[in-house]
Order: sequence, then structure tokens, then C-alpha cells
Amino acid sequence: MVPSPWVVRQVSKETPDTFTLVLDPPGGARAKFTPGQFSMLWVGGVGELPISISGDPARPESLTYTVRSVGPATQSLVSRQAGQTVGVRGPYGIGWPIEAATGRDIIVAAGGIGLAPLRPVIYHVLANRADYGRLTILYGARNPRDILFRKELAVWAKQPDTQLLSTVDYGGVAWRGHVGVVTTLFKRLRLQPAKTTAMICGPEIMMRIVARDLIARGVSGEDVYLSMERNMKCAVGLCGHCQWGPHFVCKDGPVFPFSRIASLLDRHEL
Amino acid sequence: MTDAIRIRIVADQIEQLFQSLIKRDYAIFGPTVRDGAIIYDRIEDTSDLPRGVTDRQEAGKYSLASRPDQALFGYAIGPHSWKKYFHPARVKLFGASTDNGVFRILQEPTPPRQPTALLGVRACELAAIAIQDKVLLDGPYADEIYRDRRKEAFLIAMQCTESADTCFCSSMGTGPAVPVVAADITLTEIADNGNHWFLAEAGTPRGGEVLLELEHQPAGEADCLQVSTAVAAAGLQQKRRLDTTGLREALQDSFDHPHWDEVAKRCLDCANCTMVCPTCFCTDIEDVSDVSGDHAERWRRWDSCFTTSFSYIHGGSVRSSPKARYRQWITHKLSSWVDQFGTSGCVGCGRCITWCPAGIDITEEAQAIRGTVNHGNT
Repeated sequence: MVPSPWVVRQVSKETPDTFTLVLDPPGGARAKFTPGQFSMLWVGGVGELPISISGDPARPESLTYTVRSVGPATQSLVSRQAGQTVGVRGPYGIGWPIEAATGRDIIVAAGGIGLAPLRPVIYHVLANRADYGRLTILYGARNPRDILFRKELAVWAKQPDTQLLSTVDYGGVAWRGHVGVVTTLFKRLRLQPAKTTAMICGPEIMMRIVARDLIARGVSGEDVYLSMERNMKCAVGLCGHCQWGPHFVCKDGPVFPFSRIASLLDRHEL
Repeated sequence: MTDAIRIRIVADQIEQLFQSLIKRDYAIFGPTVRDGAIIYDRIEDTSDLPRGVTDRQEAGKYSLASRPDQALFGYAIGPHSWKKYFHPARVKLFGASTDNGVFRILQEPTPPRQPTALLGVRACELAAIAIQDKVLLDGPYADEIYRDRRKEAFLIAMQCTESADTCFCSSMGTGPAVPVVAADITLTEIADNGNHWFLAEAGTPRGGEVLLELEHQPAGEADCLQVSTAVAAAGLQQKRRLDTTGLREALQDSFDHPHWDEVAKRCLDCANCTMVCPTCFCTDIEDVSDVSGDHAERWRRWDSCFTTSFSYIHGGSVRSSPKARYRQWITHKLSSWVDQFGTSGCVGCGRCITWCPAGIDITEEAQAIRGTVNHGNT
């Protein structure tokens, strides 16, 4: 439960309220993780937060986190400066099924900040292009100025056998792209349901609807994965906060196959 | 293998048990009367024990009364459970100091911990300790704070020969009899008129060593029979029971049961049930710092699923209604606990019934749910 001091290499602004921190482990240690895992990031005297790792799993010299500043603890985290420290525990949790998805088409469906925990999957698939089939990235943001990793999205769109479909909830006059929720992109989706694995991260209602729509189009519930969010204090299944039915989201998840949690997703206030 | 050590000790000589434990450097914790209740605290000798005192318990009610005899353990259980020794209510995790935005964990020497002996552990409480062992030690990550306090503890169990009106260990299969290997020593007190004695059985070699130092007589067949009869009578005396057959499934299938609204009208969200429960293990973290922010500490303290902050994530609490919080507590305790740890989270001690200011009774609420769900054996 004691964090180690990682040194802030860089903090960069992604959108008006979202920042990416790159942290170096103490003593030049290696920082291995599985895409979809998270760490507990601690700022002394303020608080500790579960934050998904958003960087490249093939670059273990540092860990990258993308944080939306919404309260005192996240604000203090994104206000750290290069050379200062952040307390790190982890990485924790069960991540995305990148091994099991080898040889299959990949759909990455993200809503808002949900793109951050999925970015390592995109890096991994693009770096191991021959190991996977078609990569489809579905991304929805609230409005154009909230779009994360804008330059990278443009680069990903040009990769071989890769399709990027993005949308916003509210476009504004300058927006020429698609407007509507993520599922409205489905009509442009080229789907081979039996050989597709989908990985979804975003607001719970978005994940529920995307999962149901994919399943309605023939993707198996066992091949659709969601990353759940609950209050976490310990991240190791001891504090009890993240319980969701029989599951501890921190250690049994945060990534779950839809088939395992389908009955829980409809239960409001579970 | 040696034969089981089973002896008879005259009540006046039970003082020697304290001496034997103190000689081994144990700090002894056990029952004592404080502020109108029998609680667990540090005790030095038999004069600290609740001699001639019993407890009367009902839903939402607890009081002490005099006994006609001089029994030292003539009560059922009080508001405390032993979890406060293994899983402290508030404990410092670490301190850190910050210099120019760079923090350093302070290495604070931990004073050597005196080994603890717990005296008067009931069968239901041993079952609760076994459950907390599973929850806090057996997972992929062990709780070091619990492990350090738990590993050396010397357990002296006390079989019940009377039950409180709130007890239902019999139906949970956790008591009133203590399985002999569950503790270092298992005692049973018989306080007949003019014939006050203990049957003592060793469950471990170190328990046997302690027992053989005490003045004793061999326990005869008649003594053992008297004890087993008295313990069995305590079980038969129990007025409450919880039928666990199919209960896990019944609660799983009762998420939208109308009874949750009915409980929510009575539940005050006070969290008492979770504080007195010997298996509830949830904790929260407190971050504190000095004004400069350069010195920070992290503390861990008991938390409860009855608070709204418990399930808070950005945007609001997942369980914002009292109904959802009560449902979470009882469903976790009696249903999802089985999924998680292979055992019920309830040992039938009845504390949550006694200490609920609204007198909500877990056995009645579970029955109200299961009795009206069309599932399994019902």
C-alpha cells in the first residue's frame, strides 16, 4: 500500500480539461504493463486515484497516463511539474484480451476519456500489424474540442487495414464530421462478426449500447469486452469499495467480457 | 501423536491461566464491563472479567443484568468483535515528507509488537476470524496489517452454554460448539451452585503446554458429557434462525424485490451493523497533511457500504438510495460473499440485530426476501 516516487518527465495538455503525464520509474526500473491495466496515482496530502495507463506497452522506460481534471485530486495531479514526483502503485487489474484476440479483427470503441485505456491496444495492434486482422476505431467525444489524441487519430486513420470512425455529440458550425452517438457510426462499419473482438471503454450507458448493438449484429458476447469503473481505494480487492455484484472491479476487472456481466449491466444502483 | 489434552480446572484456579500467558509475554485481551456493556479490552486478571454479569439482547436492545451465579463468562457477546485487534478501526499506513515537489516515504521504526492472547472467543467469533483470514489473507494480495497482528495471536475459545435471544449460530453451522482445533485452548465454563469449574481442551501444542502448567484434575467422561449437553442446550435455546438453503440464489434473483423499499423505510443508514459485524472488512483511506502540505500521512479506517461516499465516482454515488445500500449489504453478506470467498459472510452472532437502532433483523429480512422469491427449494 506504499507508493513509490515516480518522476514526472512531462505533462502535456490534450484538451481544455485533459492532460497526459509521463512518469519515469525510480532508479531506471522497467515499467511493464498489459493494455487496460491501471495504476494508483497519489499526490501527498490530497489523494490517490485509479488511472488507466494510456501509453505504449512496447516502451517500458516510462508509464503514461491521461487524466481528466474534474476534482481536487485530479487537478493536483495534472498540475505536477517536470522533476516533481507522483506516488505510483501498480499496475493493477485484468486488461484487454490482446493475446486471445490474435488473428482476429479488432474493434476499439471509445467514448470521451475512454480512449485513454484503449490507446495501448491501438499501439500494440499497429506495432504487430500482421498478428491481427482489420482494426476499426470508433470514437465519440462530446464536442470537437474534447477530441483526444487528435494528431494520432489522423495518423491511425491512414494505417493499413485500419478504419477510423469518429463522431461528436454536438458539432458546432466548424465541424464537418459526423454528429451523433457512437452507435450511429455502425452503419459505416465493415463487420465480420464471427472473427471480431470488440473492446469498449466509455460511459457505462455508451458501453452497454455499443455492446448490445455489436451483439445484435452477430458478435459473440464472449468477444465483447468492457472496462468498468467503480470507486477504488486499495486496488487489490481488500477495501471493498469497487464491488459490483460478485466482482471486485479492481482485481476481477476492470476489463470484463460482456457475457460475464450482461445480467449486472441493467441493474441500476447495484 | 499424543492424546488430546482435556482437563478440568476449578474456577478459583483459572487465575493461573493469566499468569501462564503473562509469563509468555502475552498481552491478554478479553471481556470486561464498561459503560453498561461487555466489551473487549486489555485485561490483567480474573477481577477484570464480568463476574456474575449477563447480557440481555433483543432487536435494537441491549442491557446487562446480574446472574444468580458467579460465572465469569456468563454472557453471549457484546458490541465489540475481535476484528478490532486484527483489522484495526484506524491505522496509519505511512507518512511522507515533500521537498521541492519530490516526496520521500518516512521510515518510521515500528515498535516490537507484544504477542496477543484473546480470551473468551466464541464459536461464532472463531468462524468470523476464519472468514476474515480468507478475505484478507488468501487473495492475490494479502493485507499485511492484518497478517502481522493475526499470525501470532493466541486464541482461547469459550464455548457458549447459553444463547442470547439474537443468536442464530446454530442455523449458520458456526456454533455454539467450538471445533477443538479451531483455537489454542477451548474452555467451557460450568457455574453450578457451589461447583464452578472449567473444562479445558488443547487445540494446539502450545495450548497444551499452557494447560499442563495449571493446577487441574483429569476430565472424566461425566464432565465431558455435562459440557457437551450444556453446549447443545445453548444451541437448542436459540429463537432465531437463518435458512441458508438457496439463499444465495434467492438474493441474486431479488434485485427488484419490492421488500427493499420496505426495509429502506426503517433503515437509518447509520452503519452500526457494519461496525459491529465481525466479518465486515471494508476500509477507506484518509489523506492528511500539515498546512504547508510538505508533511503528509495516509490513514486507513473502517468504512461502511451504508455511506453515500462509499460508492462515489465522478458524477455521483452508484448507490445513492438507502434501499440500494441496504440491498448491497445483505446481498453481499449472504450471497455474493459466497461467490467471492466460498462461504457466507454471516456467522449468526446477531450483533447487527442488537445494535440496529431500528431493530432491523437480518434473519427476518432475508426470510422476507427468500419467502417470496420463486426459486430453488422455496
